[in-house]
Amino acid sequence: MASLRSFLRSGKTFVILFVVTSCASVFQVNVRDALNQAMDEELERDERVFLLGEEVAQYDGAYKVSRGLWKKYGDKRIIDTPITEMGFAGIAVGAAFAGLRPICEFMTWNFSMQAIDQVINSAAKTYYMSAGFQTVPIVFRGPNGSSAGVAAQHSQCFAAWYGHCPGLKVVSPWNSEDARGLLKAAIRDDNPVVFLENEMMYGVPFELSEEMMHKDFVIPIGKAKVERQGTHITLVSHSRCVGFCLDAAAVLAKEGVECEVVNLRTIRPLDVDTIEASVMKTGNLVTVEGGWPQYGVGAEICARIMEGPAFNYLDAPAVRVTGVDIPMPYAKILEDHSVPQIKDIIFSVKKVLNM
Amino acid sequence: MQNMLTLISNVFRLGNASKNVGAQAVSELLIGLSKYVDLTAPPAPATPRQPPLPPGTRMVVSARSFADFTPQASFPIKKCDLHRLEEGPSDEALLTREQGLQYYRTMQTVRRMELKADQLYKQKIIRGFCHLYDGQEACAMGIEAGINPTDHLITAYRAHGYTFTRGVAVREILAELTGRRGGVAKGKGGSMHMYAKNFYGGNGIVGAQVPLGAGVALACQYQGNNQVCVTLYGDGAANQGQIFESFNMAALWKLPCIFICENNKFGMGTSVERSSASTDYYKRGDYIPGLKVDGMDVLCVREAIRFAADYCRAGKGPIVMELETYRYHGHSMSDPGVSYRTREEIQEVRTKNDPISMLKERMLSNNMSSVEELKEIDLEIRKVIEDAAQYAISDPEPSLDELCNHIYARDPPMEVRGTNPWVKLKSVS
Repeated sequence: MASLRSFLRSGKTFVILFVVTSCASVFQVNVRDALNQAMDEELERDERVFLLGEEVAQYDGAYKVSRGLWKKYGDKRIIDTPITEMGFAGIAVGAAFAGLRPICEFMTWNFSMQAIDQVINSAAKTYYMSAGFQTVPIVFRGPNGSSAGVAAQHSQCFAAWYGHCPGLKVVSPWNSEDARGLLKAAIRDDNPVVFLENEMMYGVPFELSEEMMHKDFVIPIGKAKVERQGTHITLVSHSRCVGFCLDAAAVLAKEGVECEVVNLRTIRPLDVDTIEASVMKTGNLVTVEGGWPQYGVGAEICARIMEGPAFNYLDAPAVRVTGVDIPMPYAKILEDHSVPQIKDIIFSVKKVLNM
Repeated sequence: MQNMLTLISNVFRLGNASKNVGAQAVSELLIGLSKYVDLTAPPAPATPRQPPLPPGTRMVVSARSFADFTPQASFPIKKCDLHRLEEGPSDEALLTREQGLQYYRTMQTVRRMELKADQLYKQKIIRGFCHLYDGQEACAMGIEAGINPTDHLITAYRAHGYTFTRGVAVREILAELTGRRGGVAKGKGGSMHMYAKNFYGGNGIVGAQVPLGAGVALACQYQGNNQVCVTLYGDGAANQGQIFESFNMAALWKLPCIFICENNKFGMGTSVERSSASTDYYKRGDYIPGLKVDGMDVLCVREAIRFAADYCRAGKGPIVMELETYRYHGHSMSDPGVSYRTREEIQEVRTKNDPISMLKERMLSNNMSSVEELKEIDLEIRKVIEDAAQYAISDPEPSLDELCNHIYARDPPMEVRGTNPWVKLKSVS
């Protein structure tokens, strides 16, 4: 029954494996499909929602995230654009001004730099400048950060750039539950939301409960999640690096170190309370991100911890694990050494704990 | 002369004739007389001078009734240059007396409002950016006259005129310029960020408003509401890449978007010849049809925008218009406006081509109004502007509680960091 329901809901072109547990059904859904289903359901729920971007319609999406949507909803609601980011991002914002709820896809967030003026000056600031008169209910989404072998111009992480700006909400999901719940929340949000996906996570499957598969399942924007309870040290991360933190925690557990892993889920507004509560419990902090260190997400978290009550609970200075401060190289061996690896997290934890 | 005698005898033969017939006869007589005598001339010097009346005094215009005025007249207007169009707007415009008075009142209000803003800026009561629209009134008025209130409009930073024509009161505009809580954006937006229903500002980034306008047009098409979006930009912005990106998508998807280049000949201090390889801005849409319009003639603008709106509403896609116009002020209040053009040039436009004078001329020479009536309107406007200025000066500044509000829409209240970690400010939607 559950498989039939999910088959009907998700479309025809892929099969969902399901595992029936003793008490409730769970579904194996990869991040790509979670995003696809979320968009499908929101398109169905509200006819003002539409998707535009390069190759989103007839190509089924450059990364197949919008597969099947054009076939189901047609030209009016799934729109292929020319390769003109500044133009179509501006058009999306204008459509949001006039009452629609666009999802504007950037093929990768690197290309958003072509359109960043529309995201910041036209979308983010307008509600404030108009003193609450003009809302901008738009979602900008696309893959962010490093991929595999795509080199310098296609590998930048924009969490810090967009996270800097008041008026925007910036969201960075890790797993399928995050992707589904946060994208639905973003589409239903009346504010401009920057939705930072990760290309390397698209194909990774996760278990989703029946409750998570409900069409009104949303995750509140601005709330972090403790993915793993721990007592000795807090690891704060977002997006793909959350997985690395959990892997590092598993290795460290064998040595008796219990890490608490916090999945930020939202970059802006930052859930400082959850981070502080965790640090006040463990006394140690390591932030982990794929982006560059200078003026980054980790830098912000450390500054906030310094300025808040949790500082007095720190047994050691908080440190950051980040991408290397260089443009992304191409050769595999160089690329592998440009991004934080599990061993880097383990090393930093041991340094902080003086092990 | 024989004709004149007939006219005069018609009047005397009225007797029990109906009021309308009588009025018509008198009108005909006056029109006839106007060929010989300038009826619009000021009173003869022999008349004793009256002391000046207190400002705002309501005057009885004259013993003549309104039925004396010509109810409407047709005016020849300049033919538009066309690009990829077989035919353009009509070369004749019908103007009723009511319309004429309304256009006059609106344009004069914008003119005086901008001059008052100039005055307040020089008194340092307005600060920051202030880009004045005087000289270009016919564009805003003509456009508003040719579209519906349910249509949409977006423009760049020289926006005070459009803010008014789109329905915002003068006092709310001036109070926004002076940064007071009674401003249309509660003092948080300023000169370039004023919004109203179906009016999307006021945009500070040159050219960014053009894709936005195309997006509004997309929404109109999507919602099937038969509305159009008027998207304005200047000659300086006309070279922006995002405008061509907008042209492409608007044409591809047949968006009901009227792209209008207000060509006032200068982008800041750079003349069009020095900025643009092609100054035929109405042709820059290439595959999009275009027309070049005399932007100093409110009737020309109105006929053109009606034509353009019909074109878009018929589903034919976007259209480009170039309005040839002129600004009397410099680019902004920090620009005297005479380093890149001569005072003689500015003066020549004022005397030969002023949009308000042109309308006034037309109305007076066709007996659609009188000098006294227009003066009365001027006085009323003066009072409105004075009251608005008084309001703008005396209204208090926004409360500091407002500082962090309106970050997010429809969200629960949240905390915003102040200038230091101990300052925690409150933000509501």
